[in-house]
Formats: sequence, C-alpha cells, structure tokens
Amino acid sequence: MTDTRTSLRAETGPFFGEFGGRFMPESLIAALDELDEAYQLAKLDPEFHRELAELGRSYTGRPSILTEVPRFAKHAGGARIILKREDLNHTGSHKINNVLGQALLAKRIGKHRLIAETGAGQHGVATATAAALFGMECVVYMGEVDTERQALNVARMRLLGAEVIPVKSGTRTLKDALNEAFRDWVANVESTHYLLGTVAGPHPFPAMVRDFVKVIGEEARQQMLDLTGALPDAVTACVGGGSNAIGIFHAFLDDTSVGLYGYEAAGDGVDTLRHAATITKGRPGVLHGSRSYMLQDEDGQTLDSHSISAGLDYPGVGPEHAWLSSIGRANYLPVTDTAAMEAFRLLCTTEGIIPAIESAHALAGTIELGRELGPDATILVSLSGRGDKDVETAGRYFDVLDENGNARV
Amino acid sequence: MSDTTVSPVASTIAAAKAERAGALVGYLPVGFPSLDASVDAAVALVENGVDVLELGLPYSDPVMDGPVIQAATVAALEAGVRLRDAFTAVERIRSRVDAPVLVMTYWNPVLQYGVDRFADDLVSAGGAGLITPDLTVDSGADWLATSDRTGLDRVFLAAPTSTDERLRLAVDSSRGFVYTVSTMGITGARADLGTAARALVARLREQGADSLAVGIGVSTADQIAEILSYADGAIVGSALVKALSDGGVPAVARLAAELAEGTRR
Repeated sequence: MTDTRTSLRAETGPFFGEFGGRFMPESLIAALDELDEAYQLAKLDPEFHRELAELGRSYTGRPSILTEVPRFAKHAGGARIILKREDLNHTGSHKINNVLGQALLAKRIGKHRLIAETGAGQHGVATATAAALFGMECVVYMGEVDTERQALNVARMRLLGAEVIPVKSGTRTLKDALNEAFRDWVANVESTHYLLGTVAGPHPFPAMVRDFVKVIGEEARQQMLDLTGALPDAVTACVGGGSNAIGIFHAFLDDTSVGLYGYEAAGDGVDTLRHAATITKGRPGVLHGSRSYMLQDEDGQTLDSHSISAGLDYPGVGPEHAWLSSIGRANYLPVTDTAAMEAFRLLCTTEGIIPAIESAHALAGTIELGRELGPDATILVSLSGRGDKDVETAGRYFDVLDENGNARV
Repeated sequence: MSDTTVSPVASTIAAAKAERAGALVGYLPVGFPSLDASVDAAVALVENGVDVLELGLPYSDPVMDGPVIQAATVAALEAGVRLRDAFTAVERIRSRVDAPVLVMTYWNPVLQYGVDRFADDLVSAGGAGLITPDLTVDSGADWLATSDRTGLDRVFLAAPTSTDERLRLAVDSSRGFVYTVSTMGITGARADLGTAARALVARLREQGADSLAVGIGVSTADQIAEILSYADGAIVGSALVKALSDGGVPAVARLAAELAEGTRR
C-alpha cells in the first residue's frame, strides 16, 4: 500500500475496503472499461475541469450558498445550523452536478444517447435537461409505481424532450428501473451512455459519481471556514443511494473533529418491514453490480423498500458509505416518515424554505443531533433538493390537499 | 480449458459432436410453474434430445434476462420457490435422467448461501456446475477456488464486445464450455442472429476454445443447425420457457424434440 492510503479521500475504487467491485454481465465490461479509461483521462485534463466548472457556474448556479437557520435551530437544542443550499441548483437538486459531469464525459467518448433510471424523477429530470443541453437523445426508465406517484416529473421530462418508459417488471420501482436501464445498455452499448444517478453500481460509477458531486463539500468546507472561522462539529445528509451525502462528506473525511451523519429512510420504522434503512438493517451482498449493504432475504433475494420519499426508496446503498460505516468514520441512523414530515413542516414554517422530503430526513436527524450536541455545536446540513416536486405528497400528508390533489376549501 | 476427462458437461458436448452436429443445451427455471412441473419439464427435455440442462435459479433482479424468463422467474418466486429447491430439483432430475445439470444463477444468492456450502450441496445433489451471468473471471476469485476444490464446472460468458485478452481469460478459466453470447442484448427469441456469433466463435477458437456453446436469441431448429456448423453447442432458453408456459410439459417436450432435429443436420 502506498502512503496515499493515509487519506480517506484517496480511495478511487474499484474497492472501498471490502465493498464495491464489479459484478456485471461480460457484455457490459467493455463499456465499463471504456468509461473508466475515458474518466481517468478526463480527470487529468484541465480542459475537462474547466468546462465542467463553467457549466457549474453559468448553468447550475454554483457555488450554492449557505443559509443559517436560527429559527429552525431553536427546535434543535439551540445548536448553530447551517444549510448547504443544493436545492437552489438548476433543476432543483444536487443531481445536476453528477449529470453534467457524466454528460460531458459521454460527449468525449462519442455517445449520443443517454439513458437513466429515476425514482422520484429528480435524476431523470436532470438527465433530460443535460440531454437537451448537449443535443443528445434521452430515455429515462422509471418504475410504473413511481410514474403514477410523480406524474409531474414525468411531464417535466417529456417537456424536455426525453422519452419516459414506465418499468413494469419486478416491484415496478427504482431498483427495477436500474435493471431495465442495464438491459437497455447491454443491447445499445455502442451508441449509449448509462448515466447512473447515484454512487452505487459497478466500478467506475461509485468513485466517478462521487468525484462529480464532491464539489458540494469542497465549497461548503471553505464557506464554513469563511462564515464561522472553524470547521463544523457535524455534517449531516440523507442517504438513499448516497450521492448527496458522499458529496458533502467527502471534503471532511480527513477532518477527524467533524462527525459525519447519514440519515436513512426508516419508513414506518426499522422494526417493521416497511423501511429503506439499508445500512441499519441490511447485510452485505451484491446488487446492481457492486458489493455493499442491501435489504435482502435469507436466499439473497432483494427485499422491497418503503419510504414516503421516492428518492430514498432503494434497497441498496453506495459502497463507499458501507465502507465509511464499517470503519466507523460515518454514522448512519434511521429517520421515520413521521419524523421527516415534521421536520419538513418545521423548515417551511420557521424559515420559508420548502425542502425535498429526502432532505427533510437530514433535517429530522439534525434536530435530534442538535439536541445531543447542545447549543455550542455547529452543524452543516446538506439541503439536497427543493420540495416543489413533493407539494402534492406533503399537501395530502398535512391534509391541505384532498385525496384528488385539490385544495381544501 | 475444459478437460473432457473430468468435466461431465464437456464430455457430453464432445460425445454429441461425435455422433451429430453438436449438443443442445436447454434452459428452464426451477419452480416454474411449480417445483414438480419444473422437474418433469427438465426430464422431458432430456428425453426429447436435450444433451445438457441449464437450470435457472429465480432471482429478484435478473439484469441479463428478457421478458419471457423474467415473467417465469417472478411467478416462481411469487409461488414461494426457495434457493434450496434448486438442489432438490437437481437431485430429482438426476435420479431420472443421465444428462449433466448446470445451475444458472446470479451471484448474490450463492454469496448469501455461502460459496463453499453452495458448491458442496450442488455436488451432493449431483449437479455439474454453475453458469454465472453476472460474475466474470476477474471478479470470481472465490468461485475459481471453490470450483477447483470441488471439481464443479464453471461456465463464464464471452461477449462480442469482449477484448481478446478477456476472451482468453474466459477460455482459460471456463470448464464445461464457454457461453458464447450471440448478440448484444438480453435473453429472448430473435428472428435474426446476425453474424456476430460466428465471428465471436472464431475469435474464441483463436484463444484455444475447444468447447463452446452459443446462446441468447436461439429459438428454432434452423438456427441450431446453423450454429452447430461452427460451434459445439447451441443454448435455447426463452423459447422453451414460453412453450412450458403456454402448453405445459407436453408442449415443451414437443418443442425439445423439434429443436433436437437441428442437431442432426
């Protein structure tokens, strides 16, 4: 081992400890190798970084700002709470960072067709956006169940010129959308780049996607120093596949004074069968091309996950998170639907910010953490997305909309 | 490459080649439409001319499978098929017919059961080895070691997009045969197999392959006859599953007999 191993930030895959790797059909290995090679070259090319940074500046709206939320913080033990506002990005979430990086890479390797999986639709919208921007074809796979509960995002993708294919196989949710995207890729690998939306999947996706989202933490680390003169005591984020979490954690991995907290969706509770708390309740296995924690039965069949947040409703998690958990560098804790929705409402009414329900899981965890750490603590929260897409879900939850989605009179 | 003196699958394929144009490999999933019926159907395949059986273990996330096989494996899982049923099925098939039985499985079920335990139980049941669609040689160190210890066959896949170096790896590490992926895509019948399979077989021969079977999209006796003009075996899956689904064991038996004609031209 080389001395770069002393930095937790130096891991580049295929393995993160015993997690990661590449468990994929032979038909896709050439494409994964091609992608890995192109990415390694791009990483060393200042022109690639310049182009990506320019897109970040003039298209996404980077750097995203920090917002301190003192009225919200009163409910969190008085700790100082500061939000990293990825919700203000173009397309409404952190997903655009990864999408622009991969789309730029796809262009470099001559692929003119982008395919993607999506759960809530945020990654699908971001991919459809990049395809429009780069003049590429775009096909988004979305579980049939999700197309029904996120009809607005289906419309957004179609307005952007993408084809949305409802996936009717398996459980008809996000994991099946990934399966269908892999099947498309196997058949169309010559023309097509699979723009995977999180830090999971086979190598090089976990490390590459991490590199495209780590700008979140790099900006935030400096912004925290500028604002408070010190590093935060804790950094928090929600974890589904884990891209926004790794994005904000990564810059802080070697700062041992900074606690890292990932909040998984506990749905109805981790003692029920209806949750998506992969690290809390799962065990290691292979799903979608890499070894990580996953929800599975005794025979290794993937179990259905459940969460009020479609974006966290995934039975796997990125391998770098599995590794950070296994070495004790980051803590992963469950947050129920109920706690997340309370935090959602609290941020709306105390600060005038409607968060994505995904991000509300991080806020709920932060409330607990703030009470533990006390009023002297400073906590940086990844506000990974905005709640526009969730207005219907939240409106029904809080009974301001009726069951048909109409306003109560 | 496969040593025919120890690999039952390779020796069966070699024998078929000596007598006829080559071997017919038939796929069916365990537990579809029921455990009993899947055993009867597999036995019927062999009685009607299938040389090697490929028994699929139903899995929740089958990325290499098309709609026909997905529908069957989902139905099997919903009917409550368990991993251990694969061993029962192999044992019962082997007690009735002599053809070698390979289990086709995605990797996670093997990993969860324990690679060594899975291999030992497969040996006890009389199984010949594994076909691993999502485990390549370079990710399969534990399986290479276990298959060497137990003597089980291990069938790796070769694809049109594989580099020569990777084809070499698949040829050197496979035992039984090399699963030659005819075309880029997932399982399911195709009218036209194109020229990719023939070209890939030629490339595999250059790497020293002496036992290879072509699969993905194969569904007619004509296609089998054509494949066996350059390969050692032809693999049929979705077409058999569809016959079983539509017309039960009698229908799958009839189709097997029809397909076996393709090995005699």
